[in-house]
Amino acid sequence: MCLFRDMMSYFPEEVLEHVFDFLTSHRDRNAVSLVCKSWYSLERFSREKVFIGNCYAVNPERLIARFPRVRSLTLKGKPHFADFNLVPHDWGGDVYPWIEAMTKNGINLEELRLKRMLVSDESLELLAKSFPNFKSLVLVSCEGFTTDGLAAIASNCRFLRELDLQENEVDDRKGHWLSCFPDSCTSLVSLNFACLKGEVNVAALERLVARCHNLRSLRVNHAVPLEALQKILVKAPQINDLGTGSFVHDPDSETSKKMKNTLENCKSVRSLSGFLDVNPHCLPAVYPICTDLTSLNLSYAPGIYSNELIKLICHCKKLERLWILDTIGDKGLGAVASTCKELQELRVFPSDLYGADNAAAVTEEGLVSISAGCPKLNSLLYFCQQMTNAALITVAKNCPNFIRFRLCTLNPVIPDAVTNLPLDEGFGAIVQSCKGLKRLSVSGRLTDQVFLYIGMYAEQLEMLSIAFAGDSDKGMLYVLNGCKKLKKLEIRDSPFGNAALLSDMGKYETMRSLWMSSCEVTYGACKTLAEKMPTLNVEIINEGEDQVEASSSPDARHRVEKMYLYRTLVGPRRDAPDFVWTL
Amino acid sequence: MEGTHHHVQSDDLNFKATELRLGLPGTEITTSSSPKIIININNNNNKRSSPDNNESEEEDDNRVSSAAKSITAPAPKAQIVGWPPVRSYRKNNTAVVVGEEKKTEYVKVSMDGAPFLRKIDLKLYNNNKNGYTELLNGLEKMFNFKIGSEYATAYEDKDGDLMLLGDVPWDMFMATCKRLRIMKGSDARGLGASAV
Repeated sequence: MCLFRDMMSYFPEEVLEHVFDFLTSHRDRNAVSLVCKSWYSLERFSREKVFIGNCYAVNPERLIARFPRVRSLTLKGKPHFADFNLVPHDWGGDVYPWIEAMTKNGINLEELRLKRMLVSDESLELLAKSFPNFKSLVLVSCEGFTTDGLAAIASNCRFLRELDLQENEVDDRKGHWLSCFPDSCTSLVSLNFACLKGEVNVAALERLVARCHNLRSLRVNHAVPLEALQKILVKAPQINDLGTGSFVHDPDSETSKKMKNTLENCKSVRSLSGFLDVNPHCLPAVYPICTDLTSLNLSYAPGIYSNELIKLICHCKKLERLWILDTIGDKGLGAVASTCKELQELRVFPSDLYGADNAAAVTEEGLVSISAGCPKLNSLLYFCQQMTNAALITVAKNCPNFIRFRLCTLNPVIPDAVTNLPLDEGFGAIVQSCKGLKRLSVSGRLTDQVFLYIGMYAEQLEMLSIAFAGDSDKGMLYVLNGCKKLKKLEIRDSPFGNAALLSDMGKYETMRSLWMSSCEVTYGACKTLAEKMPTLNVEIINEGEDQVEASSSPDARHRVEKMYLYRTLVGPRRDAPDFVWTL
Repeated sequence: MEGTHHHVQSDDLNFKATELRLGLPGTEITTSSSPKIIININNNNNKRSSPDNNESEEEDDNRVSSAAKSITAPAPKAQIVGWPPVRSYRKNNTAVVVGEEKKTEYVKVSMDGAPFLRKIDLKLYNNNKNGYTELLNGLEKMFNFKIGSEYATAYEDKDGDLMLLGDVPWDMFMATCKRLRIMKGSDARGLGASAV
């Protein structure tokens, strides 16, 4: 210890700061700040990028106090299951207080990345007007804003480089937000407005693209027709990430020929998405850029049948990431497996969300082919009609490198399609083989046994999603006791109750959050947990059929429908709506 | 304390058809009566059952029996809140995909008095604007007759009703026609030749 202190005093601060500059990952920086007081102090003044995985774990004041030089902030708000309508809209996660606090304290904000947060037009306006060096806004799965807010960003952020809107619900005011980019704006590198529903001024877009010579990524929305896109691409041959809008044209037309020629000129395109409306006969126009494509997202492209998909994919030999609908079928996945030897990430989304009972879906066969053909596969999201243990065991053997493995059977409790047994053994093989597994979602008929395996083998697991699984508290206990690196656990409709919840209360301080809905935990147990663990916020969402009168204190035995708990440094949040009770 | 029918709506016609049932065949386990059907496995189900189901779930500690543990696969058509777990944005923006296009659409053709039926592929007539005319020509060739005062063509739709050929657009006819019938004699005279 003494030797260490002496050594450290030889290093002037400037040297340490310089060394810290090389630390970009927030995890590394967090670790470094724990070494000693002087390192803590040095690190906090030099940290420019802050990542806050749960916006209620800290508050704006503490952020600013600790990291006065912050330039880039990432915030995540609602729990993950909010994506699936399990959390009411006004639950929280408002970014306004953060922006306001940073404005008041003279923070030189340049980048803001938000996920599942509530973002109002007022927030965007304040953001746009307060930070003269603001460069990058990324909004993922957010809501609460309209195109008026975007207009404010476009008008005021003189050095804007990135405006990236991914899967947000945006109210389209049919203003001309795109026209609000002044003629002096030439700094755009990335513009993604694919999720917007309304019209945009296509001529303004064309001029904007023409003057932004550094534009690398452009993803347009449904309202930009192919003819317009072609003209735009002529002005931006340097583009490397393209999101088409509507891709409909007569394959024999002049437009089609022009498009093909223009695309042939775009030799840098490596990532392709969009096709929000597509005539499959138009797809050959993109064959020229398929050769070097590393990322392809056709998951929003309706009605492309398996054969056309196969024809397209056969051109994409360098593909590393593929997002597709299950209309590709097992046969199509076989084609992917033969062609895409560099594939690392595959997401197969369900095309049939409303039980229209069409036959298009994928099964375990498709997954097995992929695992056999694509040894570099490390990330999977797979919605399937059915699965078998044998298939999962084969996949585990073929692909030991999974970091993310998310399997979703369309019927949440379907057993092994051949043996009718639970899928415990299959998932067990996955966790046993994939030693680096960080994220896992399980589905299908599952007993406590699968959780025994997960607890035993999933040593690196950080996030686990469980639905309609398990038989008893033992299941949840195996996980809590076994998975040392667990950060996020989300459970729905499973028979886990108080014994599991309360067995190791300290565990939750090592985790970011726990979500349990439609399980067996009671009000009394949640209250006990809250009382014993002041560093946790234990929130109950009290709505719908289970609604208890605010005046009456619910019976301790009353089953809690939705519970969300998370560690926090700042106590109960003050913006909780009426239906959220912090115990 | 009994739950109440807060969310049961009288126009919730398909409730029974889409209700998820869990448990061994022969057991009845009721699920939530709200329009969003919630599966509560092993749950003390304090939600009232649907009006047309005589079993009622009562007190909080009336737990669903261990029959719930052996779950039979629910009907795939039922709707569970938040399942499949797909982001609402994606849900709202995934067009309904109709499925692989069929290459042929053979339907039976019967002619009154003929001993055998025939089959004809309606898709053959799909490509041009004169679907009906071409179809009639095809039928005339097949059965060696002429549409006129003696014969009329009709078809049976998916409700089993006998319909006069030619009233609806070709695409709609294609989607609803289950079989064709060439009628002869007095029936034919009543119909007239056809609507075409």
